[in-house]
Amino acid sequence: MDQVFVIVNRLSESFLLNCRLFALTLLFSLPLGLLISFGSMSRFYPLRWLMRTLVWVVRGSPLMLQLMIIFYGPGLLSLSYTWPAGDTGRFVAATVAFVINYACYFSEIFRGGIESIPRGQYEAGLVLGMTKSQIFFKVTLLQVIKRILPPVGNEVITLVKDTSLARIIANKEIIMMAGEYSSKGLIWPLFATGIYFLVFVGVLTIMLDWLEKKLGYFRT
Amino acid sequence: MAVLEVKNMGKSYGTLEVLQKIDFSLEKGESLAIIGSSGSGKTTLLRCLNFLEKPDKGSIMVNNEVIFDALDPTTQRESEVRKKRLHFGLVFQNFNLFPQYTVLKNVTLAAELLAKERSDYKQGKKAIMNEIEDRAKRLLAQVGLSDKLDNYPHMISGGQQQRVAIARALALEPDILCFDEPTSALDPELTGEVLKVIRNLADENTTMIIVTHEMDFARDVADRVIFMDEGVIVEQGSPQEVFDNPREERTKQFLYRYKKDKDHSL
Ligand SMILES: Nc1ncnc2c1ncn2[C@@H]1O[C@H](COP(=O)(O)OP(=O)(O)OP(=O)(O)O)[C@@H](O)[C@H]1O
Ligand SMILES: [Mg+2]
Repeated sequence: MDQVFVIVNRLSESFLLNCRLFALTLLFSLPLGLLISFGSMSRFYPLRWLMRTLVWVVRGSPLMLQLMIIFYGPGLLSLSYTWPAGDTGRFVAATVAFVINYACYFSEIFRGGIESIPRGQYEAGLVLGMTKSQIFFKVTLLQVIKRILPPVGNEVITLVKDTSLARIIANKEIIMMAGEYSSKGLIWPLFATGIYFLVFVGVLTIMLDWLEKKLGYFRT
Repeated sequence: MAVLEVKNMGKSYGTLEVLQKIDFSLEKGESLAIIGSSGSGKTTLLRCLNFLEKPDKGSIMVNNEVIFDALDPTTQRESEVRKKRLHFGLVFQNFNLFPQYTVLKNVTLAAELLAKERSDYKQGKKAIMNEIEDRAKRLLAQVGLSDKLDNYPHMISGGQQQRVAIARALALEPDILCFDEPTSALDPELTGEVLKVIRNLADENTTMIIVTHEMDFARDVADRVIFMDEGVIVEQGSPQEVFDNPREERTKQFLYRYKKDKDHSL
């Protein structure tokens, strides 16, 4: 019984790393994704090309590979900057990789959402003497959010589970921890990790549904 | 005195000349109907007036001030376009109400944003906002929607949405209110209520330009009529002149075709 308690404790601790990675990735990748989406819609051709290439490269290669390149890259290329030593460095590198990766996915969702708003909305704003930024924030944004909520929700749920990939650069996340027990012949901790993810995703799903209902008062 | 004078306006998309040598003027309080077949450039003309498109040629004068001249770049500064747009209001064919705002908020939003630029906004915030809301309520009463203030656009009919759009345009007190086929996205039984609102505006001497396919309405309401075809103004005059005694062959043909279609549908 004691052993169960210890294991659950350690699993919970390691799941905290998944949670932190999840939260930080969302915090930074959502705004960064918005910037990238603006870039990829820019009328300035080089910027648009650059952003679309970035999105292609990032979406076109495995996140696992990106994690390794971002973590080992600076050292292997003998750049002047390398990640801080120890767990901090591993975690920061993982966060950077996740943020870039998810920002690119989000940027495409945002771009699709923004482009799906009828031009008439923008023109109605112009004719009423609004500035471009007033039109974006007061007219377009909420309609975009309503439209992209389902695909963003999908990405967010995928992110929860993707956080486990951080183990590839030796972040002690929950599956890695459970794996250590299973190599000692103990299988239930692996199943237990599944419950952590299920509960987390369950709570997220409830929150996303709530948001969707909140925005149900109007139709686009 | 002419509120609006358009001189020699031209607009091309690539090699397609959509507007050519557009010349007309509008007196204060006058309502002008623009008729013409599909693709003749009516929408483009309204879009040019509202600075949604930039004409390649010609000039636009409002209250004797040149607000656009294709030959004079100083009249085309991006920074001034926004203010100049406010001379005009535009009611779109498909309303373009803001779906996330109530009927009342649709009408007040732009005025509220503009008020924030006023120098006395900070001191008089409350009074200014109340005034804007009162005016919006008056306008919505005028278009018969006092009982819909708190509804969202998807809850009301197309005809009601278009009436909100009219109130929204009026809220900024434009010198000239433009309508682009305000009833053609509506079911036939809903056009009447919108046309009635526009008729009332005409009776109150609102200066208006109405692009429409409703010939009877144009004849009834307009002080003057312009017939356009293939980007040019073929004929303009009083409704009697244009509808009853058209001089140009193209006008005759257009009206004949229209009359025949109408007889068919009866
Ligand atoms: N953005 C654009 N690019 C290219 N051509 C355009 C564009 N907008 C309009 N046109 C063309 O300009 C011509 C005039 O179009 P416009 O919409 O002004 O006609 P309209 O008189 O309003 O017709 P309708 O009665 O069908 O509304 C058409 O031949 C149209 O195809
Ligand atoms: Mg048109």
